Amino acid sequence: MTLTAEPGTPATTAPPRPPQPLRHRLAERGVDWTLLLILPAVLIIGALFVYPFLYGLSISFQPLEGGDPLANYTDFFGDPYLRDSIWKTLRLAVPVAVLSVAAAAPLAFRMRRDFPGRRIVTLVVLLPLTFGSVLIAQGMTQVFSPTGWTNLLLTSLGVPQQQFIYNYTGTFIATTLVSIPFAFVMLMGFFGGIDRSIEDAAATLGASRAARFWRIIMPLAVPGLITAFTLCLVEAFAVFPSAILVGQPDNATHVLTLPIYQAASQRSDYPAAAAIAVVMTVLELVILGVLMLLRNRLYRGPATGGKG
Amino acid sequence: MSVAEQTTGAGTQGSTFGSLQMRQVSRWYGKTAALTDLDLELAHGEFVALLGPSGCGKSTALACLAGLQPLTTGSIWRDGKRIDSLPADKRGFGMVFQSYALFPHLTVARNVEFGLSMRKVPRAERRRRAQAALDLVQLADHAGKLPSQLSGGQQQRVAIARALAIDPEIVLMDEPLSNLDAALRIEMRTEIKRLYQERELSVLYVTHDQEEALSLATRLVVLRGGRLEQSGTPEQVYTQPASAYVAGFMGYRNMISARVEQVESDPRRVCVVAGDLWLQGTADPAAGLRAGSEVMVAIRPEDIVPGRAGVNDVPALAEVVEYHGRELAVRARTERGVVLHFRTEKPVAAGARVTLGAPEERVLVFPAEGRAEVPDDAHG
Ligand SMILES: Nc1ncnc2c1ncn2[C@@H]1O[C@H](COP(=O)(O)OP(=O)(O)OP(=O)(O)O)[C@@H](O)[C@H]1O
Ligand SMILES: [Mg+2]
Repeated sequence: MTLTAEPGTPATTAPPRPPQPLRHRLAERGVDWTLLLILPAVLIIGALFVYPFLYGLSISFQPLEGGDPLANYTDFFGDPYLRDSIWKTLRLAVPVAVLSVAAAAPLAFRMRRDFPGRRIVTLVVLLPLTFGSVLIAQGMTQVFSPTGWTNLLLTSLGVPQQQFIYNYTGTFIATTLVSIPFAFVMLMGFFGGIDRSIEDAAATLGASRAARFWRIIMPLAVPGLITAFTLCLVEAFAVFPSAILVGQPDNATHVLTLPIYQAASQRSDYPAAAAIAVVMTVLELVILGVLMLLRNRLYRGPATGGKG
Repeated sequence: MSVAEQTTGAGTQGSTFGSLQMRQVSRWYGKTAALTDLDLELAHGEFVALLGPSGCGKSTALACLAGLQPLTTGSIWRDGKRIDSLPADKRGFGMVFQSYALFPHLTVARNVEFGLSMRKVPRAERRRRAQAALDLVQLADHAGKLPSQLSGGQQQRVAIARALAIDPEIVLMDEPLSNLDAALRIEMRTEIKRLYQERELSVLYVTHDQEEALSLATRLVVLRGGRLEQSGTPEQVYTQPASAYVAGFMGYRNMISARVEQVESDPRRVCVVAGDLWLQGTADPAAGLRAGSEVMVAIRPEDIVPGRAGVNDVPALAEVVEYHGRELAVRARTERGVVLHFRTEKPVAAGARVTLGAPEERVLVFPAEGRAEVPDDAHG
């Protein structure tokens, strides 16, 4: 520090600075009073989810009959009928999530700009979300019954009567109906965040509509699409009412939630139910992890191109 | 190496550019008009500066020309061909957006290359031209960064480089230097002017900065509430603003409400009074001023001469003295409270008594109008 050190005194290193106030040092690491904002959610989830989950995990290793702690798991994976419910869940959840995102993405993209009837469209799309799957399944039993309007319409067009309910299709339709608005709400946020002037700039640089879509919109939207897909998938994983009400619960729509329910509520075998739930959770976590990993490899910064 | 050295520009489709015209264009947002019956022309080789206060429709005019906004009425013509339904990506204009509008997921280099890759320019040449454009705006060192890793002024320069990299014939710039520091702004201004001359660009340039407009433009266009207020050479607009509104933009810092005392036999000569200030001024005879008319008197600080015995002399008290290097900017007040701004190279101390005068041809008299429309920040 001191260039004009007195002759004789050896030039020393700079004197130690007094430490910054604690408050500053903490704030640099992001520790300040606003951390309190995370408390409500953390407390609720901790108390109502993490604790029960860990409890479930522990009892899943304590079979009712005692003995081998892994008995519940070997039972599940040993029984082809039970084991198959993993596959049946995936066969339902993945197409539902794909279709939901595929249908909701163009909609959300166009909803950024106004057009006549925009509010009505929004309302109609969001409506299924407010109904919930039970109400929708109930309605479907009417609409898709042999004498419901879909089949009347089909027969009047010369198409033979179709079986829409009490099978895979019924559950698929019911789940998708709730999933699309769910994806739509999420994607609205993602697409809304893409600055429109960026597209304008691309246009002035000679990018055609397609080029703008593939080179600008998509790269910025993909993280959002993956997030929406992931959440739709997780949501569809937990399908339950529509699998029973408009599905074929003992066969095509014997999804993971059903054996859980049967074990817990019909056989009062909580450890077995917990074991299947753990299997389901691990499966979801794996899928979630893979998708998030994928997402993290993509551009995730702001979707605006400057000021304003 | 400069961008101008480049071989054939890919953006030169129809290198016969003669003129770009906006005819009677209106643009309504719901019930409010952003542009009303606007006629605007950019001829080959012109550098037109578009001036006006915030919200007067400058960006809207640019967006309409570039094909980014639909026209409510009117048409756009290029060399006698109507182009208003031609999509923006077919117009080939270089555009610098007020909000920069950089592609956030692409590096600076990729941003600048974007227009070239849309034109299928081979990769090596694309690199080279992007590099040249970045050199031009002094950002070569930042080529690998994302826009969000740059400062506002750096982002703005990327936007300029990106628009110029495609070698456009017509360039639309929306306040391209607004976020730069004073030194860089002047440097970039010179670069833009050099490019304009070397490449024979035709430029439409939005700015709030009177000095920028005067130093760059071959023609000034002043907008007011979406309408054309005045169009002319920088000298015309500077020395003969068409209205008090334009004067406010052209550095006429002294805008004094006054009343006409007398119109001379020469109808250009009027005598006005504001408080204890009696002034001989110049008015447009077409304004039809008569004794008793409410008027606005506009005088540039440079045109007020201290210590001069002649016409329009008035005693005043120097209140605030600002040191501007070569000269002083002084705010003075007459005995009855009329505030006058002037500049002088002679030393003046705050509190000193001065006599101020101004040649009558530099005292411009306009019919009074809503003063509120003259923005305060427009004063040089
Ligand atoms: N998307 C929009 N919706 C509604 N009104 C708009 C929209 N864009 C602009 N306007 C209005 O149009 C008018 C002109 O806006 P414009 O952006 O062209 O102004 P400007 O002259 O560029 O201003 P500034 O100097 O602040 O950039 C303003 O009154 C503004 O409120
Ligand atoms: Mg603007």
